[in-house]
Amino acid sequence: MSSAVVYPILLPLLAGALSLALWRSVRWQRTLGVVFNAALLWASIWLLQEVMEHGFVTMEMGSWPAPFSIVLVADVLAAIMVVLTGIIGLAIAIYSLVSTPRGHEKFGYYPLMHLLLAGVAGSFLTGDIFNLFVWFEVMLLASFALLTLGGERAQMEGAIKYVTLNLFSSAIFLTAVGLLYGMVGTLNMADIAQKVAQVEDPGMLTVVAMLFMVSFGIKAAAFPLFFWLPASYHTPQVAVSALFAGLLTKVGVYALFRMFTLIFTQDVDYTHTILLWAASLTMLTGVLGAAAQFEFRRILSFHIISQIGYMMLGLALYTPLALIGGVFYIMHHIIVKTNLFLVSGITYRLLGSYELKDLGGVYKHKPWLAILFLIPALSLAGIPPLSGFFAKFIVIRAGIEAEAYVVTGIALLVGLLTLYSMIKIWAEVFWKKLPEHVTNTARLEGRIKDKHNWAFYVPVVGLAVCTLIIGLNGQPIYELAEKAATQLLNPQLYIDAVLGGQQP
Amino acid sequence: MKMKSNTVILHTAALFIMPLQLMFSIFLLLRGHDEPGGGFIAGLVAASAFVLYAFSFGAESTRKLLRVAPRDLLAAGLLFGLASTIPSLLSGQPALTAHWWEVPLPGDGYLKLSTPLIFDIGVYLAVLGTIMIFVVGLMESDE
Repeated sequence: MSSAVVYPILLPLLAGALSLALWRSVRWQRTLGVVFNAALLWASIWLLQEVMEHGFVTMEMGSWPAPFSIVLVADVLAAIMVVLTGIIGLAIAIYSLVSTPRGHEKFGYYPLMHLLLAGVAGSFLTGDIFNLFVWFEVMLLASFALLTLGGERAQMEGAIKYVTLNLFSSAIFLTAVGLLYGMVGTLNMADIAQKVAQVEDPGMLTVVAMLFMVSFGIKAAAFPLFFWLPASYHTPQVAVSALFAGLLTKVGVYALFRMFTLIFTQDVDYTHTILLWAASLTMLTGVLGAAAQFEFRRILSFHIISQIGYMMLGLALYTPLALIGGVFYIMHHIIVKTNLFLVSGITYRLLGSYELKDLGGVYKHKPWLAILFLIPALSLAGIPPLSGFFAKFIVIRAGIEAEAYVVTGIALLVGLLTLYSMIKIWAEVFWKKLPEHVTNTARLEGRIKDKHNWAFYVPVVGLAVCTLIIGLNGQPIYELAEKAATQLLNPQLYIDAVLGGQQP
Repeated sequence: MKMKSNTVILHTAALFIMPLQLMFSIFLLLRGHDEPGGGFIAGLVAASAFVLYAFSFGAESTRKLLRVAPRDLLAAGLLFGLASTIPSLLSGQPALTAHWWEVPLPGDGYLKLSTPLIFDIGVYLAVLGTIMIFVVGLMESDE
């Protein structure tokens, strides 16, 4: 037992409560935002170290023995996800210093941001399936409020779709938890995992597995229930978009990874084949949707969907290499996608629009910004030696080894189309001449100098450096993903770590 | 000012019932460790007392009666909840492990204090704060 596992949840909660108490002082809330997210990153790295040392870090809340207590469990995958949460949290906290409108800050932007991060970290670390539902709700509640902060018409429209589909998904989740509890009589995930083998009616178990798949599929924005995502992600202010884009759907993906490696592995032929087709169609529809878009953030939103497909592909193939690829892909994707949204926020700041037709000429005036866009953009498309290349390479190689040629073909095609989309943004926003009708060019041409611009660039540069490190120094990251995948493929390790090896 | 009613019966009754409700809520809060009760339900009862007051005397005077902003109640509640994890973490136990202290009182009795009680007080304040944010907010938007 180590207390490292509880701090990534306690720190954001404490930060949220303190920001609420300091409601009147935006200055204090900003300071707390940066300080506590830095602390979160530190705590998550500590947790990762502990996990690398011991394999698993668990904590039985309130000292009640498992399986009766809520257990917090960190395996390598969970620890990686929490570290990524810390990285994104810190980047967003710094970026928010300049990008968040004053009105949003006054109406609880910071407390909600911390609450969201607590929900995300809680979802990654809990080892109790009902507790997972609670953390999902914490996260969703905060995201509903963040999404509508500002209260513009487009935001409300997006929020209705977002809220409706996510509540629908939560209802399915709760139903599935109830049915599962009825069958195995426990909510502890490790305990469920060892009891599902004794269930008398395996058919019913598959039904429950499918309910979980649909529920998490909605949250991960997988085909066919993804349309809440492109409807809503481009509507809030950009730091919120970036936070959502980096973390929220990945919680759904993480839950899929957890459920379909730990618990629902009794009928892999059936469940994982469905996952495989869902993954392919997710990739394809996402990228085709992006091709039809001409708004910076909408293009990026559709690409989230197509990238989710790659991660699910890693899970669906269910070979050691494929799982490594899936985990690697998640690490690469969270950083790159957040970074692209942050860059879109900078161009918005410079030219006041997200529409490609109203943007242009950025390369001429800000060549460094263009480079900063190219790093994540080319990484997303999978150009070597950036992080996306290795992520795609591992997944596709796993696909070929598993002889899933059609799906692998789709994955390759989607990579190509991703490159097309990124080139489209590059050509329209950075390369082409500034359109005649754009007049507010003072910021772009440097005639207006804003004081605190460093806060825009520090997170973008930091995340770009992360991308480069993952790409150029891929071996340690690969080994990390390998450890995570090994644990995922041996659920007995997880069960032993939580239940202490003895049979109840 | 629609929400403020002017009936004498409601005014008088509210002033009588409210203290009883508040005392009952404290009773529920303290009783809740082993028996039915606890922070959540106690917070609801306390909130209903303030809501009754708000219905009869309006949002403005309810704010005055509360003295602190409902939002601060919520924040205090969350901080109490988090504070209840401190003793367990300091002594290296899993978070939220219960700690008990017995404070001797004059005479033979002693007072039993515990971290679950601190947590319950946190829940009480958070529930009260949240409901008052809703109700006072809605009443003010109506006015």
